[in-house]
Amino acid sequence: MGLKINREACIGCGVCVSTCPFGALALDEAEKAVVNEACTACGACVDACPTNALVLEVAEKTAPDLEVDAWRGVWVFAEQRAGKLQDVAFELLGEGRVLADRLGVELCAVLLGEKVKDLAPALFEHGADKVYLVDHPALAHYTAEPYAEAMTALIRRYKPEILLAGATSMGRGFIAKVAIQVGTGLTADCTGLDIDPEKRLLLQTRPAFGGNIMACIICPDHRPQMATVRPKVFKQPEPEPGRTGELIVEALDVPPAKVRVLEMVNTMQNEVNVAGAEIIVTGGRGMGGAENFKLLRELADALGGAAVGASRAAVDAGWISSFHQVGQTGKTVRPKVYIACGVSGQIQHLVGMNSSDTIIAINKDPDAPIFNVADVGIVGDLFQIIPEIIRSLKS
Amino acid sequence: MHIIVCLKQVPNTTQVRINPETNTLVRDGVESVMNPFDENALEMALQLKEKHPGTRVTALTMGPMQAADMLKEAVGRGADEVVLLCDRAFAGSDTWATSYALSTAIRRLEPADLVLFGKQAIDGDTAQVGPGVADWLGIPCITYAQGIEVAGETAVVERAFEDGYEKLEVTLPCALTVLKEANVPRMASLRGKMAAKKLAIEPMTAEASGADPAKLGLAASPTRVMKIFSPPPKTGGVKWEGEEPVVVARRLVDMLRERNVI
Repeated sequence: MGLKINREACIGCGVCVSTCPFGALALDEAEKAVVNEACTACGACVDACPTNALVLEVAEKTAPDLEVDAWRGVWVFAEQRAGKLQDVAFELLGEGRVLADRLGVELCAVLLGEKVKDLAPALFEHGADKVYLVDHPALAHYTAEPYAEAMTALIRRYKPEILLAGATSMGRGFIAKVAIQVGTGLTADCTGLDIDPEKRLLLQTRPAFGGNIMACIICPDHRPQMATVRPKVFKQPEPEPGRTGELIVEALDVPPAKVRVLEMVNTMQNEVNVAGAEIIVTGGRGMGGAENFKLLRELADALGGAAVGASRAAVDAGWISSFHQVGQTGKTVRPKVYIACGVSGQIQHLVGMNSSDTIIAINKDPDAPIFNVADVGIVGDLFQIIPEIIRSLKS
Repeated sequence: MHIIVCLKQVPNTTQVRINPETNTLVRDGVESVMNPFDENALEMALQLKEKHPGTRVTALTMGPMQAADMLKEAVGRGADEVVLLCDRAFAGSDTWATSYALSTAIRRLEPADLVLFGKQAIDGDTAQVGPGVADWLGIPCITYAQGIEVAGETAVVERAFEDGYEKLEVTLPCALTVLKEANVPRMASLRGKMAAKKLAIEPMTAEASGADPAKLGLAASPTRVMKIFSPPPKTGGVKWEGEEPVVVARRLVDMLRERNVI
């Protein structure tokens, strides 16, 4: 089971050792490849080995009892907060519609909360054929346990083959519990979804190693196939006014929450959130200090209320709060215009913004990797160029 | 109070580079480190230990023998005990199988009041193992924690959201996944380093953890990596170089106006 090494065929060239993304291979005293516990059986080394000394033994079926054919339909978790549907719910409906059509099945939205029935029509207009609604006081404020219980109960009753949720604070918080409870796989932060129509498999592509490599993940023998997708990865579909569907109200016995909400504090009240912004001005290490973010705020204002973003380097330096962070460990954004100022463009940053419509980079270093993704790269001193842009915008 | 902190040793992904000619990952010289978010989880445990006398902190990891170095680092910073869950049987575990394995090890230890995790690991970036372990253990889980106060059997936790935070109250035991904002991790102390040096770490095997072998490793993992590939190399658009700031600024603003985005 897993990776097998044919020691006879191994010539000790070490190609597999340097290819392995997980550091799971080494050469032993006899200059033969050996594998350790870090192996994920991804197969990257198998393709790289010049002598075919590495073989991936295909796993046995892990869930022979599960009738995968009994599971049908594509589900989307319709995230709502304080009675407002989140954009990611519509984005997932758009993508879910495509997947459901390829499989020839219904697209269903799952709506959890209290007094949220009025949100159903918008879900139909964005492509849902059915909406499963659980309306319960224990779901009024999100906490992981009752949300997971409600979702698990619905899955057991209706057996969908695919479930998608936003990779948000809420989605990531409870959907991992659902996966454990129903005993299935979950792939985090997918950036691409596709269908293998023959096997009815969801092909889930996601970045790994901070975006340095991409992995395609499947969940062959368990259902539902579950994935989270970051906000702004997929585009919102155009609503079809008047489109309707079937609303199914589920009366579930949801246990009281183990976690009590004492207080909710919105700290972004006076600032534009990068998450939904159409124009983002981002500062990186090249900003040189917290005081210089004032220049970016001026530019953001001159652009008519743009959001201010930051790279991890700027956040780690304490120049700006992590609410502004764009990238692998921050937010994924898809604005119309993204202006990166003094951002070198590490892969971890690029994966969070490289689907922006237009990317503009300003950097002193002509070799900065940010220029590889920029539509317009300006080589120069941002402290000279930005004031000129502000002046030009105001004229 | 007994606090278990789950740690993961990860390659420092910020050092990983792509060889532009072969378009493959260059791992040479990439060091293994304690996952940065786990440092914040450990620091949260150590600060609680300072505040609440009698608290013990156990650092737990699942990984190869090499991960013992990271556990020694945890002892250097102030962890009281360490557990290294290490067995070929765990190889190829996805988040489902990993969270199961960790939960069985936790059940072998003295009951914990808090089980802490970093928000996510920087190599896999799933953020799924913390909530998964909590579910196997049947305890509540609060993700994205940026602060905690413990009083008796109750904890008040600040959980970050996209646009703010919530104050939550929970009865212990409970699991948390911890954000960078929670604290600034300390360095190992001299005394701690001495203690770590003397430490001989005996791995806990799959058998010793009492785990069901049918739920371990690649065979038990619902997800499969079908293929790994490098993202296509990117080439940039136009580059404006060596011109007066005022000239490029005007050209940029004209372009944005032409495209109707401002």
